[in-house]
Amino acid sequence: MMNNRFFLLVSGLVVAAAVAWGSAIPAAGQARSKPYTAPRTPDGQPDLQGFWTNATYTPLERPKGVTREFYTREEVLEIMKRQATEEAEQTQPGTIPDVHYDFTQFGLDRSQGAMALNLRTSLIVDPPDGRLPALSSDGRRRADERAAARKSRGGPHDAVQNEPLGSRCVLMDRNGPPMLGGAYNNTYQIVQAAGYVMVLVEMLHDARIIPLDGRPQLPPNVRQWTGSSRGRWDGQTLVIETTNLTDKFAFQGASENMRLTERFTRLDQETLRYQFTVDDPSTWTRPWTAEVPWKKDKGPIFEHACHEGNYGLYNTLAGARAEEKRAAEEAAKKKPQK
Amino acid sequence: MRNRLGTALATSLTLTVVAVTMAAGQNRSYRAPRAADGKPSFNGIWQAVNEAYWDVEAHAAAPGPVLELGAAHATAGGLSIIDGGTIPYKPEALKKKQENYANRLKLDPEIKCYLPGVPRANYMPYPFQIIQGPKYIMMAYTFAGAVRTIYMDEHKEAPADSWMGWSNGHWEGDTLVVDTTGFNDQTWFDRAGNFHSDALHVVERFTATGPDHLSYEATIEDPNVFTRAWTISMPLYRRLEKNAQLMEFRCVEFVEELIYGHLRKKPSQ
Repeated sequence: MMNNRFFLLVSGLVVAAAVAWGSAIPAAGQARSKPYTAPRTPDGQPDLQGFWTNATYTPLERPKGVTREFYTREEVLEIMKRQATEEAEQTQPGTIPDVHYDFTQFGLDRSQGAMALNLRTSLIVDPPDGRLPALSSDGRRRADERAAARKSRGGPHDAVQNEPLGSRCVLMDRNGPPMLGGAYNNTYQIVQAAGYVMVLVEMLHDARIIPLDGRPQLPPNVRQWTGSSRGRWDGQTLVIETTNLTDKFAFQGASENMRLTERFTRLDQETLRYQFTVDDPSTWTRPWTAEVPWKKDKGPIFEHACHEGNYGLYNTLAGARAEEKRAAEEAAKKKPQK
Repeated sequence: MRNRLGTALATSLTLTVVAVTMAAGQNRSYRAPRAADGKPSFNGIWQAVNEAYWDVEAHAAAPGPVLELGAAHATAGGLSIIDGGTIPYKPEALKKKQENYANRLKLDPEIKCYLPGVPRANYMPYPFQIIQGPKYIMMAYTFAGAVRTIYMDEHKEAPADSWMGWSNGHWEGDTLVVDTTGFNDQTWFDRAGNFHSDALHVVERFTATGPDHLSYEATIEDPNVFTRAWTISMPLYRRLEKNAQLMEFRCVEFVEELIYGHLRKKPSQ
């Protein structure tokens, strides 16, 4: 009974999602008959305002064995359907993911929301093989150092600082920068005012406020999780340059020297093209670029008070201590009595 | 002689009146520059300059609750920002406020980097920025990266309780009126334990009184805690430094050891 209801729910969702995707606008990256001109704000900026989602099932790197740059539309719809089913099935009663979240119930599976149709086989568009470039010698050394440091800190639940940044509500890949979609909270809101663009990231209620007045970046000694971002218009495209990052977030292993260039171009009413280029010789042998279509979403964005309600983190640590205590007690019992 | 004295007196009186008027930021005839949609533009970086973040009521200087921080974290004295001077607490609520104050080191949500709520966010000792679009007016705060979306034309009931509440805005002449409900009962008004319940309702009024000043008023209602509505007011000042910007204040990592430190694995014997 339970399983049947569950199956019906999932198949209903998949059909609804496929219909929504099938009727979506032409996929980003396809040739267009005539270029789209974005509406202007009253002060003359291309208007990027509104709610957008970067939800995607497309992986950052092209899967091994895939040699093409694009799938066909039919292939993509099939992949999305499969992914949606797999994601929804994370809630099989009695499994560990089921204890964590019921993905279907809270809209946490991506199939329930808007998603741009992306025919690309990877988000990375350069290098042309769709994969991260090779690590530089500096990058290899730093990766080894990071792994050694991680080991020396002890187990993953030994202390709060050993937990992933996302579990700690410090920073997630939805925030970046660059901003990449993930399992949930993929909504962004853009508001433009004279001299500024603001991107509200739903994840961790993060307002990225980008000045457009050509001011210099922060002094190099000032390092921030989200760096220092300055914007400008290049025709139809908003260009944001970010420096002054830390190596604590280490996006895909990047160093604090990473220079990030993000480009936002409105392709039509429903689609914003988000491109970013990562330039970090301390990590990679060459710069690399990814591209993600953002689809219009309806909003509004509700407050994501992650840290304030972080019972999961508390329980993870408390649970680890309880397990240790139990293990110690059992070991003591097994010890032969003197 | 008499005339000269009279003139001097009149002049100094006039100057005093002008100075007082300007100081209080009460020049209601000021016409603010317009945003693209013709409404007054409040775009900019603003900050309250007062001691209300310690205590919204009048208070004398006092030692801080952490011995080691000495004078650096001592309470600075300040005047009340409340119309009428004090908060009209119900008797049992006043008792709770006093308990909050006594236990503030444990209970103040600011210490744990929790979202500060409204109106507290507006008079913390850090700047906040208004990014004004026609449909959405964003208020982004330094502390904890708190942010509010003021919905100007999609008014709705708060979908659920939250820390910063649900804000519907409208214009009354040149005044931005923000009506906020849907609060939880977790935030405070200051570091002195002044508090509210989840029935809190805040109506704020932002009015430009000069190129670099806003008049800020907030009327606070909460029948569970107060005997009547009460109003606070203060000027907000524009941050005029060249290239002023909000700096990142991601305070979560600063409080993790405080909140979770006792759950750290003990070194094995």
